[in-house]
Amino acid sequence: MASGMHRVTGNELDARAAAQLVADGTCGAVATFVGLVRDHNLGRRVRWLEYEAYAPLALRAFERIAGEAAARWPSVRLAVHHRIGRVEIGEASVVIAAAAPHRADAFAACRYAIERVKQIAPVWKHEHFEGGDVWIEGATADPEDDAAREAALGRACS
Amino acid sequence: MLVTVRLFARLREIAGAPELNRELPEGATARTAWDALAREFPDMAPYAAAISCAVNEDYARFTTVLQDGDEVAFLPPVSGG
Repeated sequence: MASGMHRVTGNELDARAAAQLVADGTCGAVATFVGLVRDHNLGRRVRWLEYEAYAPLALRAFERIAGEAAARWPSVRLAVHHRIGRVEIGEASVVIAAAAPHRADAFAACRYAIERVKQIAPVWKHEHFEGGDVWIEGATADPEDDAAREAALGRACS
Repeated sequence: MLVTVRLFARLREIAGAPELNRELPEGATARTAWDALAREFPDMAPYAAAISCAVNEDYARFTTVLQDGDEVAFLPPVSGG
C-alpha cells in the first residue's frame, strides 16, 4: 500500500529507492535510516519478527509525521517505508529517507521521523524467540500527545 | 446501528478475529464500543488505559460519536520501527 512517498509493504525495503524518491537537484543531502531486525532482545534470542500494521492508518501516520517535519524543517522532504509480515534477522523493517538542501536538517528530520514512527504508527512486532513468542507493546499511539512530540524533537535536535 | 470493529496484534488474538460486526445503540461513542468489547472479552480489559482508537481509518478520540456503518479500530500500544 502506498501514499505519496510512503509505503507499507510485504516486500524487501530499498533505502536507495527511498532516497531517490525524496532527493532532487535542490538537495545537498539525503539522510537515510534503516532499522534492522536484531538477533537479541531483552536477553532473548530472536529468531524472526512478524510485523502487523493497520496499513491505511499507518500511511496517514507517515503523512502526519512528514507534515510535522515540514513544519519544523520547511525544506525537508521525507519518505517512510515500513515492512510487514515475517522479517528475518538482518533484514530491514523500516527505511526513512530525509532530503534537504543542507545536511543538518536532513539528519534532524530523519531522526525525528523514526522517533515519531515508534510513537504513533499503528504497527506491531510479534517477536518469535527461542522458546516462545511475544507481542511487543511500546507507546500508546496518540498523535496529539505534545509531550511525546517534544521528546522526539529533543532527540532529533540534541 | 451496526459498526465494524477492527482489532490488531494481541487484541486480535484475544478476539480470535481481525474484524467483528457489532450492534450498538444510537449515540454510541468509541468508548461505548470499547466498553462492550471489554465486557465480551475480559482479557482485553487491562488494555483500557493503554489503547488508542481510530474511526474510519483516521485517529480519533474515545468521545467520537459513531455512525451506522463506521469502522472503529482499537490500537494496542504500538511497536513499529
